[in-house]
Amino acid sequence: MTARAKIDQTALVTILLRLADDHLILGHRLSEWCGHAPMLEEDLAMPNMALDLIGQARSLYQYAAEAEGEGRTEDDLAYLRREREYLNCLMVERENGDFAHTMLRQFYFAAFMQAFWDGALESADETVAAIAGKAVKEVAYHLRHAGEWVVRLGDGTEESRRRMEQAVDALAPYVDELFEADAVSDAVAEAGIAPDPASLRKSFERTVGAVFAEAGLETQAVPYGQTGGRRGLHGEAMGYLLTELQYMQRTYPGAVW
Amino acid sequence: MSVRAEFSLPLEGRVAAQPTGGVASMAATFRSDAAPERAHPTPARSVPTLPSRGREDAAHAYAAAASVPDPEVPCVTIADLGILRSVEIENGVAVARVTPTYSGCPAVLAIELAVEAALREAGFEARVERVVSPPWTTDWITEEGRERLRAYGIAPPAKASNSVRALFGETDVACPKCGSHETSRVAEFGSTACKALYRCESCKEPFDYFKCI
Repeated sequence: MTARAKIDQTALVTILLRLADDHLILGHRLSEWCGHAPMLEEDLAMPNMALDLIGQARSLYQYAAEAEGEGRTEDDLAYLRREREYLNCLMVERENGDFAHTMLRQFYFAAFMQAFWDGALESADETVAAIAGKAVKEVAYHLRHAGEWVVRLGDGTEESRRRMEQAVDALAPYVDELFEADAVSDAVAEAGIAPDPASLRKSFERTVGAVFAEAGLETQAVPYGQTGGRRGLHGEAMGYLLTELQYMQRTYPGAVW
Repeated sequence: MSVRAEFSLPLEGRVAAQPTGGVASMAATFRSDAAPERAHPTPARSVPTLPSRGREDAAHAYAAAASVPDPEVPCVTIADLGILRSVEIENGVAVARVTPTYSGCPAVLAIELAVEAALREAGFEARVERVVSPPWTTDWITEEGRERLRAYGIAPPAKASNSVRALFGETDVACPKCGSHETSRVAEFGSTACKALYRCESCKEPFDYFKCI
């Protein structure tokens, strides 16, 4: 039916789950702002972006379920796995913190994903290319929106600047993990299915550099980054997040709309 | 603005046995009398070459599906928006292909169910398929669609989608009420995923802008 590159199915499913989990978890975090944003426009913007992320996650879970071929559905993958089976990077699961922290995280993730989807447009796998085709346009809005906030807060008042600098410090240890490569991402990159994350660093740094220059912010070098998310090792915040995310399916198994 | 007023949930049991499983209870349908002026002749662009009887059927099916209004922006049909990609008769079944606007657009399901209901109402066995590639773009909105959006008070999207790729790119958006280009963006994300909120500096009216993707 669709062109699928020759690759070990496990590697394909793993990479799809990593991506899907990043989007689901960050989408969930953003949705937590609904009704709590500092201004009405942001109260619309954040759930709007959450909707995009969860929509992208859905497409990825559907494909992962199909590629896995074990009869699991997108819902099983999103709601009924255990914490150690989630493969999202650690940045997205962090608690929201203040608005500056949320927006900087959004900016980092969008800057990374824009480079990623750009590369995936040419994927040897038709489904991945199709998902990328939609996502790349949506992430452009996220990047612009979050980028404008990074500038406005970084180059704003003394207080907003202090908050944004704090966010830069707090998130610094989580940036490296985005570019982490391992046997799985190598296999997927070799098959031409998705770009090698390590190769996206330049593009990411260019985007961040341009916005930080305008915001008067500086990136923080860290001696070593946090890692583990891609192997299912998560921080304390993840368990609490899943408790809420999975509540309905755990309490009423199989519940549907 | 009660944009949802034109479709009701849940609807008649006529929409039986939805293939979508659990979400079947969300069955939506549109009363065809809700939008009489929308029965405008629609270019049957995707009608396949078939023996004449089949071609008539396909054109009929296309017209039925094409008359379905968008649930979030009911002033335009899904054909106006370019969401309806094709309707073909395959082995006696009318197969409509639709493409979602945004990955997470909550209207996708309502649209699919409405298309299926419209086709059944027109007397067809119906199936709706979701097509993701090529991705939907606002460039697919027809000229009529753009005009209807404007008449409804929504500024149609700027042409040439690539402009949004530029970080901090500015878009020239004309006020749909007075036509002034002196407008400013109030919020990038508006009442639905596909709209942003603008304000006209000339007539002072706030308005929605259909974002360009």
